[in-house]
Amino acid sequence: MAGRAVPLTVGLAVLLLTFGPLAMVAAHAQGGWGADGPALRFTVLQAALSAVISVALAVPVARALARRHFRGRGALIALLGAPFLLPVIVAVLGLLAVFGRAGLVNQALGTVGLSIPIYGLHGVVLAHVFLNMPLAVRLILQGWQAIPAERMRLALSLGLGPRDIARHLERPMLKAVLPGTLAVIFAICLTSFAVALTLGGGPRATTVELAIYQSLRFQFDLGRAASLAALQFLLCAAAVLLAGRFAAPSGFGRGLDRVIPFAPAGWRRSADAAVLTLATLFLAVPLAMVAWRGLAGLGDLPPSVWGAAARSVGLALGATALTLGAALTLALSPARWAGVVATLPLAASSLVMGTGLFLALWPLLPPERVALPVTLVVNATLALPFAFRILHPAAQTLRQDYGRLADSLGLRGMARLRWLVLPRLRAPLGFAAGVSAALSMGDLGVIALFAAPDGPTLPLLVQQLMGAYRMEQAAGAALLLVVLSFALFFIFDWGGRRGSDL
Amino acid sequence: MALTFDAAAIRLDDFRLTADWQTEAGERIALIGPSGAGKSTLLMALAGFVPLASGAIRWNGRDLTALSPAERPVATLFQEQNLFPHLTVAQNLGLGLSPRLRLDKAQSARLTKVLERVGLAGLEGRRPAQLSGGQQGRAALARALLQDRPILTLDEPFAALGPKLKADMLDLVAEVTAGITVLMVTHDPADARRFAPRTVVVAEGVAHPPAPTQALLDDPPPALRDYLG
Repeated sequence: MAGRAVPLTVGLAVLLLTFGPLAMVAAHAQGGWGADGPALRFTVLQAALSAVISVALAVPVARALARRHFRGRGALIALLGAPFLLPVIVAVLGLLAVFGRAGLVNQALGTVGLSIPIYGLHGVVLAHVFLNMPLAVRLILQGWQAIPAERMRLALSLGLGPRDIARHLERPMLKAVLPGTLAVIFAICLTSFAVALTLGGGPRATTVELAIYQSLRFQFDLGRAASLAALQFLLCAAAVLLAGRFAAPSGFGRGLDRVIPFAPAGWRRSADAAVLTLATLFLAVPLAMVAWRGLAGLGDLPPSVWGAAARSVGLALGATALTLGAALTLALSPARWAGVVATLPLAASSLVMGTGLFLALWPLLPPERVALPVTLVVNATLALPFAFRILHPAAQTLRQDYGRLADSLGLRGMARLRWLVLPRLRAPLGFAAGVSAALSMGDLGVIALFAAPDGPTLPLLVQQLMGAYRMEQAAGAALLLVVLSFALFFIFDWGGRRGSDL
Repeated sequence: MALTFDAAAIRLDDFRLTADWQTEAGERIALIGPSGAGKSTLLMALAGFVPLASGAIRWNGRDLTALSPAERPVATLFQEQNLFPHLTVAQNLGLGLSPRLRLDKAQSARLTKVLERVGLAGLEGRRPAQLSGGQQGRAALARALLQDRPILTLDEPFAALGPKLKADMLDLVAEVTAGITVLMVTHDPADARRFAPRTVVVAEGVAHPPAPTQALLDDPPPALRDYLG
């Protein structure tokens, strides 16, 4: 739109950030390259289990949401959007409070002499289901609402019962929607780091990304890290391509408030109510536990929490600015490669990206000095695919509707941004900024490798407090983290929607 | 002051169009022909949105080929989306004078005068959605006039208006474009008769040289006869 030079530069920068650090790490590798069988197997296994279980649980929830009208339905759908923006470390803390050794479930089981440990494969899968089942519900719900109301009415007027409707309308829809949903969640879980770091670990429950962390942090084995990162990249690229083939819906749509005109009574009604209640409990109880324990811990926060909070907010704002600039530039470009480039970071390892940047800057600056800037750049790159997906449809509509008029008037550069792009894309820009800021705020990746001991971000501080078994303080800091993350999201999103009266 | 299509050829996939003729200064020309023949495409090539495969388009002998849309001596009224819906009438018109919307006193005065000329005085503060279809057409025309280009192209911008409104708009365009070369795409022979002394028939890959409208429509050549029926 504004010439080709700008999108080309941005695209090259993203490519360089995605592949450059990998090459940098590989170049510094002194040991040999080696595959890591157990980590690879565990990564694929946990991602596959997480995807299948998330989707299996999501189908009845989506169906109940699609056909039932009830008070709080809007709030429940909003709650489903929350885990995507929830800092992973907070989700883990909430799950530990419910399913951990001293959690609610094991306390109840303890009265009859039973106990279920949370660490290991099932803990990792549990956390991934908690984080991704809601996304699956939203994706599948979109599928249900995409069944035209006329077709549903036609089926009802023909006297079709619930079984027939399932057979003729719902199952074909699921067949179309589920593969893409599975692939998206599989891809997300492949790069899991914070969950594996806190709930996995040990030789039998290590993801590739966690193995990268261990080889960088404890062995400083760059060769192993580089080969693991290359492996992870191939794995994720395959998953992303797979997900792309199925053309999964974005899950960011707002129009989820329509109810389909088919609400069978009888036992199905009770079943739907039970499903919705269980899903709400599964999502809300861990969050409520974080809030409950966090409130108790708020009075007892270590002073370092405020510095960490300030660092995190600063990081989030900086990363958001970078992400939005890049995402907007690529989203406005008519070129096909822009979409491919903007999606690539989904497959990258944030740890390797960070390490590569660190190695590039190493001769120039000490690691403590570059920890925050490197984290900022990595966070910005990792949020790019999401921001791009939010902006792309609206940006392309804008280009098609008004691109020629703007060209013929000579609207270019800043003038075009100010008088055309910003006012027309205000709402998706606000939403994308909110998502980017919340993602960066909650990120626990690169910073875990390089932060100076006295300079952690808020998620890292929570993890350090957990590691020191100061659970009360960890809960307090986690509550602060959640509040700040969601506050950033809501401020940006609200700012975008306000005055967007178009 | 002449616009010349100098063996200009457009090729897009399997679409072909050639034009080899020139206009006289300040005349009004209609482009008529079956849909898909390339009437709009010819205007888009003139405006700089569609590249030429060969040949040239010249204004007063100067080749326009290398110029960007904004640099060409052309103002365009598109089929739709001629106004930015989030800007007021005054802002939309102001963009015709300064892309950065910084107007000096003289420019503001011109803007007010043009609004009066097209009958929109007092509506500066409205958004396009608060205008009727006819008023939107007037606002777009006013902006094109403020751009102050020697060529104006109309790509059926008034097609959605009723017959009476459309006729009024064409009369208004004719009235306010003295000295400007106007090219107008239409599918309605009545528009051509009302508005344009000369008409270009676009059919079967060729934009034919302009011919007097009256005679052309009274005794159409075969390509046009098929279209008019």
